[in-house]
Amino acid sequence: MTAKRYSLLSLFREGLNGHKGWQPAWRAAEPKRRYDAVIIGGGGHGCATAYYLAKEHGLTNIAVIEKGWIGGGNAGRNTTIIRSNYLYDESAAIYDHAMQLWKGLGRELNFNIMMSHRGVLNLAHDDNEMRQLKRRVEANQLNGVDAEWLDAKQVKEYCPIISISPDVRYPVLGATLQRSGGVNRHDAVVWGYARAASALGVDFIEKCEVTGIEIENGKVTGVRTTKGDIKTGKLASVTAGHSSVTAKMAGIRLPIESHPLQALVSEPLKPIHNCVVMSNAVHAYCSQSDKGELVIGAGIDPHISYTQRGAFSILEEEIAALLELFPIFSRLRLMRHWGGIVDVCPDASAIISKTPVAGFYINGGWGTGGWKATPGSGHVFADLIANDKPNDIAAPFTLERFETGKLVAEHGAAAVAH
Amino acid sequence: MLIITCPYCGPREQSEFHYGGEAHIARPADPQALTDGQWAEFVFMRSNVKGVFAERWNHSSGCRKWFNALRDTSTDRFLAVYEMGAKPPQIDAPELRTPAGEPLIGSGNDETKVMTEAEMTEAEMTEDLGGGS
Repeated sequence: MTAKRYSLLSLFREGLNGHKGWQPAWRAAEPKRRYDAVIIGGGGHGCATAYYLAKEHGLTNIAVIEKGWIGGGNAGRNTTIIRSNYLYDESAAIYDHAMQLWKGLGRELNFNIMMSHRGVLNLAHDDNEMRQLKRRVEANQLNGVDAEWLDAKQVKEYCPIISISPDVRYPVLGATLQRSGGVNRHDAVVWGYARAASALGVDFIEKCEVTGIEIENGKVTGVRTTKGDIKTGKLASVTAGHSSVTAKMAGIRLPIESHPLQALVSEPLKPIHNCVVMSNAVHAYCSQSDKGELVIGAGIDPHISYTQRGAFSILEEEIAALLELFPIFSRLRLMRHWGGIVDVCPDASAIISKTPVAGFYINGGWGTGGWKATPGSGHVFADLIANDKPNDIAAPFTLERFETGKLVAEHGAAAVAH
Repeated sequence: MLIITCPYCGPREQSEFHYGGEAHIARPADPQALTDGQWAEFVFMRSNVKGVFAERWNHSSGCRKWFNALRDTSTDRFLAVYEMGAKPPQIDAPELRTPAGEPLIGSGNDETKVMTEAEMTEAEMTEDLGGGS
């Protein structure tokens, strides 16, 4: 099946036609008995994995199975912030790989992902944090990641509504700026990947939950689902929020704990906030969506939970932090708030790895920051699945690192308390 | 906001407590004898259960005592609290319908709900469900 190309001309034609000719973006498929590879999880990373498997590795007899609907999990619950200014070489490599893919993704997928490279500020509020962030800028520049240091006055010039008053508990002393950072439209990314992968022949099977994994002689032979058994030699779990639950079906324990992470949006405003602002110390991050809503997030709830709900006390701290940075928002009403489940690794880095079960691959543990990695993660994970061997970018993120001790400790740059 | 019943002080708001993570992870009896794999298991690997989970809490803004709790992580219902050092009590908790079993307010896939709407209403009428925000 080839998808109809979206273009100004097709929009014009459909306009004249009463918009009756649009087709579903992807085919709704029923599971076949056998696939060359099955991807569990139809979120951003899962759909990206399927797309790159089909496009770059020619694997088209594959399926994405999703317990809910495509993009209905964490992909639809994040705050869409894109950046790649991580401290260590390993992280810079994968997040900047993603950043480079983001830049051309809308065009590649023929889907408007509303990518906006409006710049991300990471604020410093004390001398120690300033030193750390300056070090990060230097490390980023050495890795070819765009990064620069702004003093408080320059921060105010870049983001005029921010308060740099010295008369607060944690004044803004400066910030790192990644100009290529920004936000995009989460749904569009997932739908774009699903549409492009579907056009290449990938089956998307929604409302289909995995209930078991079949293993013979240490090798994956198939997967049991609520829509029947499927035979496959390659099974890839991309089930952020349920990584441990899926891995357990293959008898694998992970170094992951799952926590609620809450986010909220305000009522819509006229354009007022022109960039993304993140602060570790007072602990909030905020951007404005194209609809005009402020999109606000902060830290995880401390307890393990799968309920997609958290405590109000966390939101209270988050709003207090936000108002210290932006007193201008004090009379805003909040419109919605929600939670997602983030799978947090002890070193705040992801797992993209083979497992002790041959043919079973895991991509997860992205903690609070998986969204920005979506294209890069899918790209290197597809490579791992196709070749049964991690490429240079994926190699540091193996499960074995917890045994060898070669961790990628990114707590500082992960920006949200893990 | 969770309402947590401290075994020493009674029900209090979650903000009075600190979370202590998974309970009953035994320190290695002979640390020198452990392989790297066994260390990884002790230090990093976690059961991260969806369902009935044994965990530790500290009533840090109250009596400052530690205690254990059994909580269903799919619904946030507390099922039991018990002393440090004690074994988890036997409890009669409903099993998840499917591995992804979700509470009524979840991702919207009805097939994975832990309870049906009717069961939820019935439970609400007979007892406080605890948990949730």
